[in-house]
Amino acid sequence: MSEEEILFQQRIDAELKVEPKDWMPEKYRQNLIRQISQHAHSEVIGMQPEGNWITRAPTLHRKSILLAKIQDEGGHGLYLYSAAETLGISREELVQALHSGAAKYASIFNYPALTWADMGAIGWLVDGAAIVNQISLQRTSYGPYARSMVRICKEESFHQRQGYHIMMVLMQGSQEQQAMAQDALDRFWWPSLMMFGPHDAESANSTQSMKWKIKRKSNDELRQKFIDQSVKQAEVIGLKIPDPALKWNKAREHYDFGKIDWDEFARVIKGDGPCNRQRLQHHIRTHNEGAWVRDAVAAYEAKHKKQPTRAA
Amino acid sequence: MLIDKSQLKIFVLRLADDALVIAHRLSEWCSHGPSLEEDLALTNVALDYMGRARMFYGYAAEIAGDGSTEDTYAYDRDCRDFTNLLIHELPRGDFAFTMARQYLVDEFNLAYMELLQQSKDPTLAAIATKANKEGLYHLRRSRKWLLRLGDGTAESHNRLQQAMEDIWGYTTELFEMDELEQAIVEAGIGVNAIHLHPQWKQRVTATLTEATITVPSSDWAVTGGRKGIHTEALGHILSDMQFLQRAYPGQQW
Repeated sequence: MSEEEILFQQRIDAELKVEPKDWMPEKYRQNLIRQISQHAHSEVIGMQPEGNWITRAPTLHRKSILLAKIQDEGGHGLYLYSAAETLGISREELVQALHSGAAKYASIFNYPALTWADMGAIGWLVDGAAIVNQISLQRTSYGPYARSMVRICKEESFHQRQGYHIMMVLMQGSQEQQAMAQDALDRFWWPSLMMFGPHDAESANSTQSMKWKIKRKSNDELRQKFIDQSVKQAEVIGLKIPDPALKWNKAREHYDFGKIDWDEFARVIKGDGPCNRQRLQHHIRTHNEGAWVRDAVAAYEAKHKKQPTRAA
Repeated sequence: MLIDKSQLKIFVLRLADDALVIAHRLSEWCSHGPSLEEDLALTNVALDYMGRARMFYGYAAEIAGDGSTEDTYAYDRDCRDFTNLLIHELPRGDFAFTMARQYLVDEFNLAYMELLQQSKDPTLAAIATKANKEGLYHLRRSRKWLLRLGDGTAESHNRLQQAMEDIWGYTTELFEMDELEQAIVEAGIGVNAIHLHPQWKQRVTATLTEATITVPSSDWAVTGGRKGIHTEALGHILSDMQFLQRAYPGQQW
């Protein structure tokens, strides 16, 4: 290790935040760009399955909440792109990496939002899983990322509550509504557990990320925490978690759970999820369709010699 | 002159339908915006209009006093019962079309809501005050977009010019008054839209001129929204919007 690297690690070990202008190992920078941009892309791609239900929301109240929630997700995408840009990469480059397939987004968004109950399941489980991860990231070593997580967590907890509330109301409703809620849980439960990534032993990026304190808790620890909290939430409203092996383990003081189908995880990441193509093509198409608007802004600003505002 | 409750309710529903239908069109932009910033701005304006619709519908339900709610009006009525002005329901088109419509409607609404603040009906006056605050921001934004698109590239200019040509004939209806609205104005509750036209035309002409856009000729006009004679686009809005309430009637959500 070079002297710079030793000093860098000492700062990390002392829980000091790394700031944009500080020296950092190139791999630390690359690792963060990968993680933050993946997080940003997930927020933005995640607008699609929910956006798919705005015009069909069942009440004006739900419609307003859903609109506000999706707007928050877009806002999270914006702070995260800005946080990534502090590492010396442009938004345009980040978006190109998404379009080329070099950068990923959370694979859960490759599943379709088929019924209204999916708005409940996504808020409750997908945002719920995201919060468990993001709470630990409030202490991540890179300052701009950690600070964006503080704000994002506040909004996400509102999102989770609104999702859970959708499920609760459905479970108090007709048999059809109850079945709709149970079906959404059945479809989203396992993919939600996969959101935490592979088991610790198989996680390629984990060891170095833990040492650099980019990650603060392991995939398995976070997944367990999510399961423990969700089981009780499901029970309270009468939903059944679709896992016959789920059982409270007194000795561990955690729930034991069944085997995750990692083949499915790999298949969906690889491109065989129900919506992979649509999600990416939607983003590419929208980006291309907006090009003339962005060009117009640039041309107008050049003519009027004003400070450029960004519309990348 | 006094008006009865049923007249007031019809009037309030008109304003509610205008707000809901344009909120719907704006909300369709979610995840389709030309930039992430613009995506957020469009849904933000959609949310403001949705809020406005909910206040008007809520008030209509209160006037009716028959156990109806804001959702009764949005979800349980068919095409012929909706009385929004047609300009609000036109499909969103491209970004130039959406912003052209928005600008024309924003100019109208700001002037309308400013006067509605003086309504003798305190609920309408209160809603108008809130709408007026939002409207200032909406207009600033949509006006700025007209300048950028009109005086941007040849493509953006042409798209905006085309959008204006396609929308212009739907603006006539903004300034129409029927007997009911006349009675509402005479009761000191509503706004005489006819009086808003000269100033609207002047402001719009100034903006279009600055944006290097030719003001379209007023040689065509489509009207009928207040009578429930819509474009075919409204039915499709309703079939999306009302799907769940129709498929699972009478449930809580």
